Amino acid sequence: MLSAYREIVKFLLLVAIVLLLPLLIQEGYLLNVMVFVGIHSILALALNLLLGYAGQISLGHAGFFGLGAYISGILTATYSINPWAAMLAAATLVTLLAFIVGFPILKLKGHYLAMATLGLGIIIYIIFNEAVDHTGGPSGLSGIPNLSLGGFSFDSDLRNYYLIWTFTLVAIGLSLNLVNSRIGRALRAIHDSEVAARVMGVNARLLKVQIFALSAGLSAVAGSLYAHTMTFVAPASFGFNFSVELVTMVIIGGLASIYGSLLGAALLTVLPEMLRAFQDYDIIVYGLLLIVITMFMPGGLVKGLPGVLTALRRKAAKEESGDA
Amino acid sequence: MELADQIAQYLVSGLSTGAIYALIGIGFAIIYNSTDIINFAQGELVMLGGMFTLFSLNVLHLPLPLAILFAVAAATAVGVLFERLTIRPLKSPTPLALIIITIGGSILIRGITMMIGGKDTHAIPAFSGSEPILIGTATILPQHLWIFALTALAITANKLFFEYTITGKAMRACAVNRRAAGLVGIDVKRMVLFSFAISSALGSLAGIIVAPLTMTSYDVGIMLGLKGFCAAIIGGLSGGIGTVLGGLLLGVLESLGAGLISSGYKDAIAFIILLLILFIRPQGLFTKAQTERV
Amino acid sequence: MKRFLPTTMLTFLLLLSASLAFASPATIKIGALFSVTGPPSFLGEPERNSAKMVVDEINAKGGVKGKKLELIVYDTQGDATKAVQAANRLIKEDKVVAIIGPSTTGESMAVIPVVEKEGIPLISCAAGSKITDPVKKWVFKTAQNDGLAVAKIYEYLNKKKLAKVAILTVSDGFGSSGREQLKAHAEKFGIQVVVDETYGPKDTDMTSQLTKIRGSQAQAIICWGTNPGPAVVAKNVKQLGIKLPLFMSHGVSSKKFIELAGDASDGIMLPSGKVIVSDVLPAGDKQKKSLLAFVKDYQNHYKAEGDHFGGHAWDAVMLLKGAVERGADTPAAIRDQLEKTTNFAGIGGIFSYSAADHAGLGKDAFVLVEIRNKDWTLVK
Repeated sequence: MLSAYREIVKFLLLVAIVLLLPLLIQEGYLLNVMVFVGIHSILALALNLLLGYAGQISLGHAGFFGLGAYISGILTATYSINPWAAMLAAATLVTLLAFIVGFPILKLKGHYLAMATLGLGIIIYIIFNEAVDHTGGPSGLSGIPNLSLGGFSFDSDLRNYYLIWTFTLVAIGLSLNLVNSRIGRALRAIHDSEVAARVMGVNARLLKVQIFALSAGLSAVAGSLYAHTMTFVAPASFGFNFSVELVTMVIIGGLASIYGSLLGAALLTVLPEMLRAFQDYDIIVYGLLLIVITMFMPGGLVKGLPGVLTALRRKAAKEESGDA
Repeated sequence: MELADQIAQYLVSGLSTGAIYALIGIGFAIIYNSTDIINFAQGELVMLGGMFTLFSLNVLHLPLPLAILFAVAAATAVGVLFERLTIRPLKSPTPLALIIITIGGSILIRGITMMIGGKDTHAIPAFSGSEPILIGTATILPQHLWIFALTALAITANKLFFEYTITGKAMRACAVNRRAAGLVGIDVKRMVLFSFAISSALGSLAGIIVAPLTMTSYDVGIMLGLKGFCAAIIGGLSGGIGTVLGGLLLGVLESLGAGLISSGYKDAIAFIILLLILFIRPQGLFTKAQTERV
Repeated sequence: MKRFLPTTMLTFLLLLSASLAFASPATIKIGALFSVTGPPSFLGEPERNSAKMVVDEINAKGGVKGKKLELIVYDTQGDATKAVQAANRLIKEDKVVAIIGPSTTGESMAVIPVVEKEGIPLISCAAGSKITDPVKKWVFKTAQNDGLAVAKIYEYLNKKKLAKVAILTVSDGFGSSGREQLKAHAEKFGIQVVVDETYGPKDTDMTSQLTKIRGSQAQAIICWGTNPGPAVVAKNVKQLGIKLPLFMSHGVSSKKFIELAGDASDGIMLPSGKVIVSDVLPAGDKQKKSLLAFVKDYQNHYKAEGDHFGGHAWDAVMLLKGAVERGADTPAAIRDQLEKTTNFAGIGGIFSYSAADHAGLGKDAFVLVEIRNKDWTLVK
């Protein structure tokens, strides 16, 4: 009971921060960064459900994100369909696709799974590049409309901020519910030992595929939001590098930590801005970060930082008592 | 020109590209077979082979054979260093952690190479000229013969090493069961280091020998690494003939795909085949099924 | 709760710390978006180098109308998302008066909605004709339209009475724009594209595509790409013993290509900006002075050969300098003055913008060159 109460307080606190933040940061640019943090948070969250909770790696999530963006983009820019309908179509189609390919793909484990999802991502990326007549090819697709409600168009940073963070908060709420439910427990059981989970009567295979589909669908929603905010999409944003970036967000924030995904997404969106001083060399910092976090903070920053702090405190206390 | 002649050229082109993939794939397989690690940084070692050769040719002004020796030694040192600094200190080497660390390593190696060596692409002279050799109506370059020869040599040496030497057997034992291997007195950590050294050396050698064809730059490793990885997977991650067949098959399918279906989608065709193989025969095309380890 | 609070606080602290801005009012701030890293770094790096070089030179001579220029460069890595983020930062945080770049057509198209909404002039360094066609109020460009390069090749083919061509283009932004233009202009010149093949930017063997071309009716091959792909194509053409005339694009008009392709480069023809042949241009050429200065400066600064990609950024800075000299200091005034630019002899050609034309270049921006004995010769 108490923990459920805590969860609700935490969530409400986050809602309050999100609502009030624009009052603090007047500057347009930071608000713009926050819009991307919101989109990346949804993606990191989606991937964390799969990676952190079900323990299944995907190196192809940028592909699902891109599919969402392109389906939304093409339906609205080329066929003038209502953006909300396009978003729904994108989410449905991608979920369905992931559900179908999920069965054979999630039969695989470890690096085979990594390789298969990577391959899937690359195939999707090639299609974005090559289907020039539909996608505009490597130079991208422009003229995608903003989302709007009635006559109210989401065409400024502030409006997009509230739009996207509404989606992000809903996604967080849903994920919190999911991981604290029976399904969440079953997922963690699969993560620890799939055989044991099966013995306990969990339909591991179906559950994994369902989570995979949910994760892909959520990524597609993020893709739609991205397309309608940017009003432009190009394949380079959905390549293998971005898939790795997403995995990095989840790892840095913390596997199986909802709020960690938020932190990871924020860090990886803001970090490049701070690394501008390093000009060409930010990629090195990036690689180093990936290695160091995995080596020394396998739980990510969310679990690692408090741990480091406690360790330091304990060490300090020990030294004190030792000296005495 | 007759279609038959065209197909002959597709096949020859495919086989020669496939040999490159095979050679790179074997590097993946060796590490996997003795450590259960898929080294996502293997492609970067291939790149390092080419870049170090370039460095020793243009900056140190070494003759080609010495340049090759230097490049292999340098790349092997990088591979060993990578293992010592990142893999060995790892407390819980789960597959996920290893995938992430080796991806991080590949980003790091690529970034440092770019920082030091710049972003330009460079040519490396062919070992024995570039006068095309005629096979029927199809043509092939002398460099391709070097690749075929080295691939054959690599799998033979590999087979002999793992089957007949104590160290080789010990490395295989580590792959089957690390703990049991440790219990019978095998220095597991040393074996892991060994396998990184061997695969780094082989990877860089592959990089050197393909460089005259592919040219070299800080970012050639990504695609070559991926294709090598595909070859290894198709071949069931065997350190021998399986991976070679996998590489050749991949090369031929790509070449036929580009020539007969669509050059734009040829990589997609390669990856679709990879997925199908993973779905239907995850143990690879040329090996017997293994029981799943829990 | 124990973990939640620090996590959230850290997240937002990060965001605030990113907002540190520096202001120095005595300067004119120019933003630049170049793909210094990432796949299009062959564009972004010379562009950044050239822009920095020319800005330093202008400042060394006392700036423009007593004010120094300040160049703020952000790396976009060839990614539209990063380009848009960086453009927002330039406009809303750095408060620049104009932006030069981005390097690629895709990134430019992504940034256009931002600058149009915020009212900041953009001088793109990318070649895609859709950047300024239709004309957009705030958007100009310095790179020559790919269509002009295509026309240069097709005119030559017409002269030699060759009507059937095979095209082999790289599947990235540069190649797909070339492919589009090659197909769009063919009919006008009475040329038929009989084979239409592509290759990947990292491909290392194109014999399959070339074998297909060898088996076709094609009388000439046109390859559209940037290093290193075209060098592989040149070598493969030689390997397969194909005797057809081989054309490349302006994407490889630098010594680097000759170095990579080696002996296989002999006899290849390509349309190019005038940079590479600046020393052999007739003395009456209006661009000659700018070209020679650019080539010499670049060599002094970076110990490397200046190419026309760097020239796009050089031109962009000089065009801005011209606008400021004519009295403009706000984004809107700069835009108006840019539009009035006439007969500016830059690196890419002679620029004359107007309300109906924000690309500003004529057909004379390109020359056709042939590679002989590893050097360029003008094809008359």
